[in-house]
Amino acid sequence: MLDSLLDGLGILGTSPEMVALFVGFGLVVGVLFGFFGMGGSFLVTPALLMLDYPAPVAVGSGMAFVFGTAVIATLKHHDLGQVDYKLGAIMITGTTIGIEAGRASVYYLESLGLAGGIISVAYVVLLGGVGAMVTRDALKSNRGGIDHEAADKDLDEYEIPEIAKTIQQTVRIPPMVSLRGDVRVSVWVITAVAFATGLLSGFLGVGGGFIRMPAMIYAIGVPVPVAVGTDLFEIVFSGGLGSYLYGQGGGVNLGIVAPLLFGSALGARIGSAATAVVDADGIKIYFGGMLLIGAVAVGIGEIGSYVGSPTLELLGLVLVIGAAVVVAFAILYTTISSLRQKRHQGTSVTD
Amino acid sequence: MAGLEIPTWDPETALLIGTILLEAIVLYVGYGGLERLFGPYLMKFLVGGEANAR
Repeated sequence: MLDSLLDGLGILGTSPEMVALFVGFGLVVGVLFGFFGMGGSFLVTPALLMLDYPAPVAVGSGMAFVFGTAVIATLKHHDLGQVDYKLGAIMITGTTIGIEAGRASVYYLESLGLAGGIISVAYVVLLGGVGAMVTRDALKSNRGGIDHEAADKDLDEYEIPEIAKTIQQTVRIPPMVSLRGDVRVSVWVITAVAFATGLLSGFLGVGGGFIRMPAMIYAIGVPVPVAVGTDLFEIVFSGGLGSYLYGQGGGVNLGIVAPLLFGSALGARIGSAATAVVDADGIKIYFGGMLLIGAVAVGIGEIGSYVGSPTLELLGLVLVIGAAVVVAFAILYTTISSLRQKRHQGTSVTD
Repeated sequence: MAGLEIPTWDPETALLIGTILLEAIVLYVGYGGLERLFGPYLMKFLVGGEANAR
């Protein structure tokens, strides 16, 4: 009875080596997620695609992993009072429809035998685009990703970006709602942002935070910490529903998700603690570089799959995982070095 | 939204998603407890002496 249940959930189909790999990869992804507040999860789906999992399993399990990660992160942000439940509730509708449209597209493309290829191309464009943007901002003005100092300010101290002010003044289609941080915006703006990011989530199996958070800040105008907390709260629902729908089609493999989550929950604590010690600006450039390498890796893996070269496919996989591991170790190394330096300085002052 | 699927009740899938939800909550609480218990010792080991990361 237990065997058939575990087998049905996909637990028994994963070898111990793969479980160890997933725990390790989850740890790395968790460190990145905890430190940057975004970005780690969208390395999971391409890695699963390169491990030859079918596209619905790679996307569905990636989404279930995002769901579990979002539950853990939302619990933490709730404790900090950084979740706008009204905004989250409005966004859930648009995101739900968007996710369902994205998920239906994946199954349609899978029936045509095109899903793996098109999803990989979308990842190359997305990772490349976001990676180039983050790297450029890091080189130019040290912006991009989450500003850890900004996240510590009071909500009243935040200035609404100009573009958000323009949208709030131009699009005044009722009903209008008031949000935390003294923001008043049309429900339709929120729904449009939610649908677009939901579509992306459903199609790629990602939380969509790296698109939704900037969209909430620049299109809706909410303060950064509220955008982060509300985004995570919203992912709990959208990710849960998306995982359920993929699960109904056999797309969620607990043998993949459980070990990934086991590692990432620990990694996220380490990454989150590191933000109190390390200045994120110095590492953002590595983050941008990691995304760019991820884009190249997915491209190489896809070419390898197209021309039937296992070596190229392996090279792609090694590059994706290698880039994430290097950045995670850079965070850990910098954190420990900073702590030792601070302690050394403290000792010198005492002397 | 033609062709889109309305979620239907499926006990096995609900169990699957419920398991992930439960694992997430257990990990949040469990790792939180471990951090409080062993965090100071780990910091002492990594940094050496009385250091405070928080």
